[in-house]
Amino acid sequence: MSEMIAFLEPDQAILGRRGAILADIADLLREDALITEARELVPFETDAFVSYRRLPLAVALPETTEQVAAVVKYCHREGIPVIPRGAGTSLSGGAIPQEDAVVIGLSRLNRIIEVDLPNRCAVVQSGVTNISISQAVDADGFFYAPDPSSQLACTIGGNIGMNSGGAHCLKYGVTTNNLLGARMVLFDGSIVEIGGKALDSPGYDLLGLVCGSEGQLGIITEATVRLLAKPEGARPVLFGFPTSEAAGACVSEVIGSGIIPVAIEFMDKPAIEICEAFAQAGYPMDVDALLIVEVEGSDEEMDAMLARIIDIAKRHGVTTIKESQSATEAALIWKGRKSAFGATGRIADYICMDGTVPLGQLSHVLKETSVIVAKYGLRVANVFHAGDGNMHPLILFNANDPDEAHKAELAGNDILKLCVDAGGCLTGEHGVGVEKRDLMTHQYAPADLQQQMRVRSAFDPKWIFNPSKVFPLEGRPGK
Amino acid sequence: MSSEIARPSSEEEIAVFVSDAAAAGTPLEIVGGGTRRALGRPVQAAATLDLSGHFGITAYNPAELVMSARAGTPLSVIEEELDRNGQMLTFEPMDHRPVFGLDGEPTIGGVFAANVSGPRRLTAGAARDSLLGVRFVNGKGEIIKSGGRVMKNVTGLDLVKLLAGSWGTLGVLSEVTFKVLPKPETTATLVVSGLNDAEAAAAMAAAMALPVEVSSAAHLPASVVNRFLGGALGWEPATLLRLEGLSQSVLVRKEKLSQAMAAYGDSRLLDAEETAIIWREVRDVIPFTEHHAKPLWRVSVAPSLGHELVAALRLKTGVDAYYDWQGGLVWLQMEQDVDDELIRAFIAQLGGGHATLVRAPEPVRAAVAVFEPQPAAIAALSGRIRQEIDPAGIFNPGRMVAAR
Repeated sequence: MSEMIAFLEPDQAILGRRGAILADIADLLREDALITEARELVPFETDAFVSYRRLPLAVALPETTEQVAAVVKYCHREGIPVIPRGAGTSLSGGAIPQEDAVVIGLSRLNRIIEVDLPNRCAVVQSGVTNISISQAVDADGFFYAPDPSSQLACTIGGNIGMNSGGAHCLKYGVTTNNLLGARMVLFDGSIVEIGGKALDSPGYDLLGLVCGSEGQLGIITEATVRLLAKPEGARPVLFGFPTSEAAGACVSEVIGSGIIPVAIEFMDKPAIEICEAFAQAGYPMDVDALLIVEVEGSDEEMDAMLARIIDIAKRHGVTTIKESQSATEAALIWKGRKSAFGATGRIADYICMDGTVPLGQLSHVLKETSVIVAKYGLRVANVFHAGDGNMHPLILFNANDPDEAHKAELAGNDILKLCVDAGGCLTGEHGVGVEKRDLMTHQYAPADLQQQMRVRSAFDPKWIFNPSKVFPLEGRPGK
Repeated sequence: MSSEIARPSSEEEIAVFVSDAAAAGTPLEIVGGGTRRALGRPVQAAATLDLSGHFGITAYNPAELVMSARAGTPLSVIEEELDRNGQMLTFEPMDHRPVFGLDGEPTIGGVFAANVSGPRRLTAGAARDSLLGVRFVNGKGEIIKSGGRVMKNVTGLDLVKLLAGSWGTLGVLSEVTFKVLPKPETTATLVVSGLNDAEAAAAMAAAMALPVEVSSAAHLPASVVNRFLGGALGWEPATLLRLEGLSQSVLVRKEKLSQAMAAYGDSRLLDAEETAIIWREVRDVIPFTEHHAKPLWRVSVAPSLGHELVAALRLKTGVDAYYDWQGGLVWLQMEQDVDDELIRAFIAQLGGGHATLVRAPEPVRAAVAVFEPQPAAIAALSGRIRQEIDPAGIFNPGRMVAAR
């Protein structure tokens, strides 16, 4: 398959002195901490955006912030690109390297440094997995709120890079709303602390700027994250609707009425069929759209909240209501939803889009999405976070058919443009990466992008951090 | 001080004015309603850019929980419109007029430029967490947009956060788009009486660890408690825990919270009306609004450390204090001196945080660092960022740090 997205051309001078560079970097690390053999580099050539691959120059696996700083300082001096990498679960190619780059893998920075329950926060190294934070404080009745689907594997450093969300961010917000502080290595190897255990920090909001910056401003080695008290209980309920429009209208009214459920997930008919075939979750097959609405609290509170939601759903013609009667049933309802990507992967190859639209545009965008995909002769399944308008159309195709793969990519681009034109954005939680880089001009005017790039330059004057990502290759400063 | 005053009524006019000022190297003071003008270092400007003529709500669909407004829109107009639709700003912006004894009309642009929040910041985030998108004019006179009108957005660098809390030193906000939420159906406040500062910190931490969704937690020591609710709380220290939500939820949680807090002290409940009043008073620093000559500090530390800071200060200087944000936001009214070195040294000893000199005479604010001085690497980075957005350094020079 021919690649639509270009990477920066590798610097031949760097490739030419590879041996000397690797010897220098090896000196900065512990003995077994630099991967240089082609065979061992293969696992690092891509991430979850598997259609693009590049073998890096080497992979460094530092064990301390100081080692990260030493490698960054060296690479900056030598003009060598640096690609930070957590677990490599990026769906937008955020961790894909390039031939002349050194990957800094943060997997060995995997300690939870401190759990501070009176201040409801934890200090963790950036290679810690998302789920392990919640696990560490579970027995004490706390959790870390952002829960991306990849939470078993993805790291907190990667979450900060992409400002990750998850199914429950409707109530709890995304990473940036749950991050209190970070330790970060700057381009010149200096180590800075931004934020901390206080709720706000002095000066410019560098933490807010760094969160979601896709590894372009520096390398985070530690994070202070907010912990929350676990709710007494949670209960998902299934609502089946005859049309997507009715389900969409129900979502708007629930939110508008003052009830903020912890999650509202939407599935259309193709998604229901795929998930049900895989998970046997007991989803209704005679509906066109399904909502999973989850409420939290004590039994009395959940009863009260659900009674109101059911009232609203009835006004919108709901045809199936299925309340979970036990923890097992609740788990089954979520199993269907959470296996959506995996289940889809069993029947076809797919690309997953991540545009976000204003709630009022959901129905329109869903309808137009089917039109676009049909135009390319492909199929689409929609599974997404309806409460915040973050859509995830899965475009199904056969990767062995180059023509179909090409069409899927084109359809994806059209869908993202549709989201932007509807008042939304290209990406809600997966990041721009390489995948959506060349669409940035559709969302931003040249002056907007120039301003972002100038701010980027303030952090990274030589553009060594993750340089093939986010900003279109043409029109960069100094180019 | 400024001589020329420009009061543009459109984004284009702002851009033209800024572009001319940049060409001439004219430093500008950016003003909305002017109610926070006395906060920060005195600005060295030759002209004033007054945003109050650029007003109006530009988009609001209550079902989408999002509003857009021009920067000069009075906060009162925004809140009235939200109120009409049963909605609110979740971050509860503080009104600075009482502490300065100033009139004027706070604007929505000023609220975000200063990242002004209130008691609910503890659980619902600060102004910056509600801000979804901005349009601003940079130091070259270019109109820049960042972010958008959707809740989840990771498309490019988040300049929105950078502009929030930049006190007009990076760009002139022209339009802001922010998240709003339905007002809670009902509210209540549990008041635990008689706790000293350290006990209150422990009680608040325990309350926040319960699954009852306390939305705000404040502690009013004996020296200030009588200034709240017209003296209705008496003279015993009061620890306030606010509950908000559906009436059935609040009913259940009130019960659970009262039971759990019984171990700490006697308690009583305030109804929704009293709750609204007392949290507005907490928000607006009501106990420290009488003596405008006394220096006022706003200190932000880890919640468990606020009372330790105050205890240490009390041994050294004349100070009165109360706590919001579970103890992490400390309002300090100094008897006489600003004591900046003392306060900042104690904060550093405790393990970090920061102090802002909110109220002091202008000569003092010119001499003392109003905002917490930054470590060299962060200060240098912040300087480079500013250079990339306002290359001529014309916006509010000197407001946050001494001008270059």
